[in-house]
Amino acid sequence: MENKESLNLPGYEIPDELKNVVSVTALDRLYNWGRRSSVWPLMFGLACCAIEMIAAQASRYDLARFGMEVMRPTPRQADLMIVAGTVTKKMLPAIVRLWNQMPEPKYVLAMGACASSGGPFKEGYNVVAGIDKFLPVDIYVPGCPPTPQALLNGLILLQKKIDQESIRKVRWYRKGPDSVEIPVPILGPDLIDPRRIPDIKAKAAELASTPAPATQS
Amino acid sequence: MTTPASTPTLRPAQGDASDLAARFPGVVSPDTRPGFSGFTIPADKLVEVATIIRDELGYDLLSSVTGVDYLPENKMEVVYHAYKTTGGPALVFKVQVPRDNPVVASMTPIWKGAEFQEREAWDLLGIKFTGHPDLRRILMWEGFEGHPLRKDWKEAFYEEDAKPFKSRWPDGKHVLAEARNPFSDNLRFPSGFDPEKMTFADPEEALYRSLKKYTFEDADGIQADHIIVNLGPQHPSTHGVFRSAVILDGETVVSLKPVMGYLHRNHDKIGERNTFLQIIPYTDRLDYFCSMTNNHGYVLAVEKLMGIQVAERAEYIRVIMDEITRIQNHLIFFGMLLNDLGAMYTPALYAFEERELILDIFEAAAGSRMMCNYYRFGGVVRDVPAEALQKLRDLVFDRLPGKIDEMERLLTENDVLVSRLKGVGYLSAEDAINTSMTGPMLRASGVPYDIRRADPYSIYDRFDFKVACRPDGDLYARYMVRVDEVRESIKILQQALKQIPEGPTMSVKPQYQVRVPAGEAYGRIESPKGELGYYVISNGKPNPWRYHIRASSFINLTALEMMCKGEKIADFVAILGAIDIVLGELDR
Repeated sequence: MENKESLNLPGYEIPDELKNVVSVTALDRLYNWGRRSSVWPLMFGLACCAIEMIAAQASRYDLARFGMEVMRPTPRQADLMIVAGTVTKKMLPAIVRLWNQMPEPKYVLAMGACASSGGPFKEGYNVVAGIDKFLPVDIYVPGCPPTPQALLNGLILLQKKIDQESIRKVRWYRKGPDSVEIPVPILGPDLIDPRRIPDIKAKAAELASTPAPATQS
Repeated sequence: MTTPASTPTLRPAQGDASDLAARFPGVVSPDTRPGFSGFTIPADKLVEVATIIRDELGYDLLSSVTGVDYLPENKMEVVYHAYKTTGGPALVFKVQVPRDNPVVASMTPIWKGAEFQEREAWDLLGIKFTGHPDLRRILMWEGFEGHPLRKDWKEAFYEEDAKPFKSRWPDGKHVLAEARNPFSDNLRFPSGFDPEKMTFADPEEALYRSLKKYTFEDADGIQADHIIVNLGPQHPSTHGVFRSAVILDGETVVSLKPVMGYLHRNHDKIGERNTFLQIIPYTDRLDYFCSMTNNHGYVLAVEKLMGIQVAERAEYIRVIMDEITRIQNHLIFFGMLLNDLGAMYTPALYAFEERELILDIFEAAAGSRMMCNYYRFGGVVRDVPAEALQKLRDLVFDRLPGKIDEMERLLTENDVLVSRLKGVGYLSAEDAINTSMTGPMLRASGVPYDIRRADPYSIYDRFDFKVACRPDGDLYARYMVRVDEVRESIKILQQALKQIPEGPTMSVKPQYQVRVPAGEAYGRIESPKGELGYYVISNGKPNPWRYHIRASSFINLTALEMMCKGEKIADFVAILGAIDIVLGELDR
């Protein structure tokens, strides 16, 4: 596989003395190269994984090597949401709101077992079994918690994903709304996904008509 | 809230627990169930007896309040653990109320520290506390259906009462939890529920109503509003998903309510389904900086129940791991506190450098950097490798003493730090005890209460160390107590590493399924953040009947409003930082 980390397109000989100043490249490549090297994560930690995320930022693992050390406390300036920890029902509306506030292009990295699937806490009554039920996840990083190396690997995978994009095809430069808002979940008797309201209503009515309901109050 | 007739003061212990039944003949009776201890008090006499317990018997620190649902007996029980700040064992007293109408008098007029714990018992078990100033749900949201810790309340992904589930073992025909649920997700709605016709109170409304009235009339007779500011749950300085609703007058904090539960991961409920051994890895994830000390508190409780001794070498390994955990926790504390004060990341980088070296030792011993899952009933799971022990010696004897000096040179006399910390967030010794503060928070208010000394567990009685204590009660004292504690921990480590004997690391044969006799036990340790207690009830089955965590991060927040009132909003961040909360333990 060709190395997309360098800006230069393969097949163009550039004299040694000019290598630091001249590059022959394609627009897509320039665009992706710029973005892959400055993915700013949202300063956003949920649980245990956030500590390993901080450790990845600190001196031994040093996220700055990837241009990713600039953690933004506001979603308006962030490109990447690292969902680092257990997503609870109580927290979910805030997470969806944060995601909606992030401008395109934006990515989601589900760090750890909890964010990917609910992990060891999946059976908990206040736990969402994976952030992918609400947000489009780009990269899953397994582990409980993933080591900083695993997180770095996930981020490198994200860079590879960015390398595949083309400026002519990305949705935020096309007609129509550049970003799809996800409706914010509602906290009722349990978590209500507004997209599923008719479905929930039908299922609950079905439960009421069956003699032995599976849920009880 | 009614103020008690006499304010609690530091008073010497004047009586002991055995007096209690004699003082109230026919009213207070010893708990005679096999394996249980303490006293049972009738619900209508609770306040009277509790006042005597505090004022005359000298049990001034109410450590833990929790409820237990005894479904077969159709009863709810509230269990209180009170201690003397001068040291000694607990006085346990209990109140039993009928399950269909559980009403108990609130302890908040006597011990303000009961406030959050009673709210938790209301939230999770539906026990009402009369006289509580603000009885709202605390971990779940207002409007949530049911009280999840009741034994007849079943979560959406319910499979069986106890693990191992038959679908996994021995037959192994596992069906996805989503496929078993009628809503194909972790959802549980009342039958016939219609989201479109849903009427419910806005959960935020109840919160804002609980804050002090925020319309006032200024000097010219003009109606004016204070400003409500929500800090969190997504805020760079709340150390996770903690939220505070603050009422401001200009920049000054008028009123404040902590809002929790954004990381409520249902440790208690999952713990009741787990076997005793399966709980250990879950305890790792409570205070995720200090998995070793979390393990310790839990195995202590279960070892008490089982009545087993711990292998000698394992005791030393436990002390070593606990103390090195304390050091890395406090180092991170310095880094994060300075982050909150605006020294963004430099002190934290210093702290993380040392922490990585300590995590290397954890990884060598336990196999994981953070989630160590290292302690077992009767010892530790495996010995520390010789190289790791050598690394530890190098660290403790050569590197860490110098590093803490370096940290102090950087911070302790620093003008900015001193001016931000000195005299801010004052908490008196009386208030600290009354609000059930423990750990460095209590010791920074001048109460030399350290469980390692006051009620020694493991082998802490063999080591020479001082209890770090500062009388000032401000943020600077809280910072200095931690500095002193790191130095004392290094001292303990140096002694332990010199004395550690050879031998086995388990006193009993390792088992997947331990036999735990029926009874109750409260295991508590001095975790880096305060008293970490586990209240475990066994009914002789492979799973605990009740598994409750008394988390210091949670209870230490009781005094947050008290400390912040009249301070500036910028100082709120520092005051919160100095409590040293960690959300995994706070919300559980």
